[in-house]
Amino acid sequence: MPQFFPKSANMLALLTLAIVALGAGGGLSALLITSRSPYNTQQGMPIGQPVPFSHKHHTTGLGIDCRHCHYSVEVSGFAAIPPTKTCMTCHSQIWNEAPMLEPVRESFRTDESIDWVRVHDLPDYVYFNHSIHVNKGVGCATCHGQVNEMPLMWKANTLQMQWCMDCHWNPEVNLRPRDQITNMDWQPPADAEARQALATQLAEEYDVQSKVSCSVCHR
Amino acid sequence: MATNVSPLQSEPVIGPNQTYGSVTDKIANICLGKQAPPVFWYIGLLTGLALMGGLGHGALWLFLNGVGVWGLNIPVGWGFAIINFVWWIGIGHAGTLISAILLLFRQDWRTSINRFAEAMTLFAVSCAGLFPLLHVGRPWLAFWLMPYPNTMNVWPQFRSPLVWDVFAVSTYATVSALFWYTGLIPDLATMRDRATGKVAKTIYGIFALGWRGSARHWERYEIAYLMLAGLSTPLVVSVHTVVSFDFAVSVIPGWHATLFPPYFVAGAIYSGFAMVLTLAIPVRYFWGLEDFITMRHIDAMAKVTLATGLVVFYGYMMEVFFGWYSQNEYEQFMILNRMSGPYAPMYWMLIFCNGLTPQLLWFKKVRFNIPFLFVISLIVNVGMWLERFVIVVTSLHRDFLPSSWDMYYPTFWDWIIYIGSIGQFLVFFFLFLRFVPMIAIFEVKHLVPLSKKA
Repeated sequence: MPQFFPKSANMLALLTLAIVALGAGGGLSALLITSRSPYNTQQGMPIGQPVPFSHKHHTTGLGIDCRHCHYSVEVSGFAAIPPTKTCMTCHSQIWNEAPMLEPVRESFRTDESIDWVRVHDLPDYVYFNHSIHVNKGVGCATCHGQVNEMPLMWKANTLQMQWCMDCHWNPEVNLRPRDQITNMDWQPPADAEARQALATQLAEEYDVQSKVSCSVCHR
Repeated sequence: MATNVSPLQSEPVIGPNQTYGSVTDKIANICLGKQAPPVFWYIGLLTGLALMGGLGHGALWLFLNGVGVWGLNIPVGWGFAIINFVWWIGIGHAGTLISAILLLFRQDWRTSINRFAEAMTLFAVSCAGLFPLLHVGRPWLAFWLMPYPNTMNVWPQFRSPLVWDVFAVSTYATVSALFWYTGLIPDLATMRDRATGKVAKTIYGIFALGWRGSARHWERYEIAYLMLAGLSTPLVVSVHTVVSFDFAVSVIPGWHATLFPPYFVAGAIYSGFAMVLTLAIPVRYFWGLEDFITMRHIDAMAKVTLATGLVVFYGYMMEVFFGWYSQNEYEQFMILNRMSGPYAPMYWMLIFCNGLTPQLLWFKKVRFNIPFLFVISLIVNVGMWLERFVIVVTSLHRDFLPSSWDMYYPTFWDWIIYIGSIGQFLVFFFLFLRFVPMIAIFEVKHLVPLSKKA
């Protein structure tokens, strides 16, 4: 009986096997890499806002403390998006005719909130509380990065669960004294031994424990 | 392959006047359409497609609305999904037993039924796999069950039997598929050589992987097949053992029993052989395969059903005994509640189906009465489904705290998905009957020397 397939079919069969193996491996790797990339997490990507509010200008330039606007960060789960009134305490006097700030004035006139775009948006099944972190010595910059260097806001970290867990497994090294919470430039002691001593001392003083059970965040 | 037949066996494993040519002709012609499919095939396939449509409809409704459309609630959080899962997985076990263990024991009667019993295994596992996926509610996240480097820094809970289940069932599906396909290769080459149409020749040719039947091919084939049989053998026991751990590892009365693994494995083989009978009896009748699936096969399968059925019945009796002997009020209540509680009719139907009915198989007259045997096999299938229903529902619906007792009633969506899964099985099986050699041609040829010359 003559062969039904030409001789080249042998090569085709091997090639198919190779393509399937490489395709499966490559496809899975691509998924794992993409899911961690800024394409998925938006890490490091500035987000446009209805008013181009600059954190850099207001903090580094003008020296306003984080808590002037995010006033409930120490006492509530929610750090607070300031109401338009907070903007208007200054902007009714300065830059009060700047076209760029028209949405702020309009919001004040109509009593309609400005539609700020949320940059740090956790999934609804995650319970996150700002006050407990701040009161236990986790600084703003630890999670939000150098906000004082950001004209438009972006995510400095992925906010993926493994990033949360990295700290929750071993929180001590990410602590700072409470009076340095909003200090964007605070650095732990350069000396490794002193750093560890401070970490241990703060954890002891603030009673910081590693909290990793599911229901800490998924309630 | 041993070909000596015990003188005690009066029934032959192959009909009279069969030659190498007639075996190939008969089986290959079914796939090539030279023997027109019986009307039964069209009816079966269309019924299967209609029911499978119900499955699609039910699954869509489930995904749109969530698992709340089922009758599940606390305390019965596991309803039809796990009942059907265990039922289907159990059915698959006969295929593996026939193909692997009977091969190692050199039982030559396996050769005529192993191909479609293995196909039954694959299709049953595919139906079983549906239910955990549907039950997780968000099946597009079902890959979370797999340990992979995820962005959550968490691994599956390796101490949970539900995770063991994922590995047991996926291993089972993979090995069964490999075993079935490896056994098919020589026959696919026969089909490639016999097919006349270009499309059929190409498709059979691709799947035949260039098989030419040289001595070297056969040597490698035999080694590979024996190795796969060795791999499959522990799976016959391990898969349903792990499935039984889903229950036995918990602390619910009626589940927390050391008896569960052997009792589940026996039940699996029992239901599987009943299903092989349910399938083999119409297939041999409608396709005229009485010369290949002889009364010897039917008889042997009925005997295995009886033997495993006795083990299962022993399990039921031991459950009652443990309930009494434990002197534990919850265990005792569980047994009493099964026998006289709101689900008592299900329990007594179960005893009728799995405890009493198989006793008829002691009689040779019954084993040789095809219509009667067919009815018994159906009753056994129903019985094994009822067994899982009784285990799951009666244990959960009245547990330790009477304040949390409640009833479980399946909804329309439970039923449509269950019946739809039977439809999926039928569609796969009827397509298999038409396009794949349903009996291992080259293996049956080993038996040709036993064929009586008239």
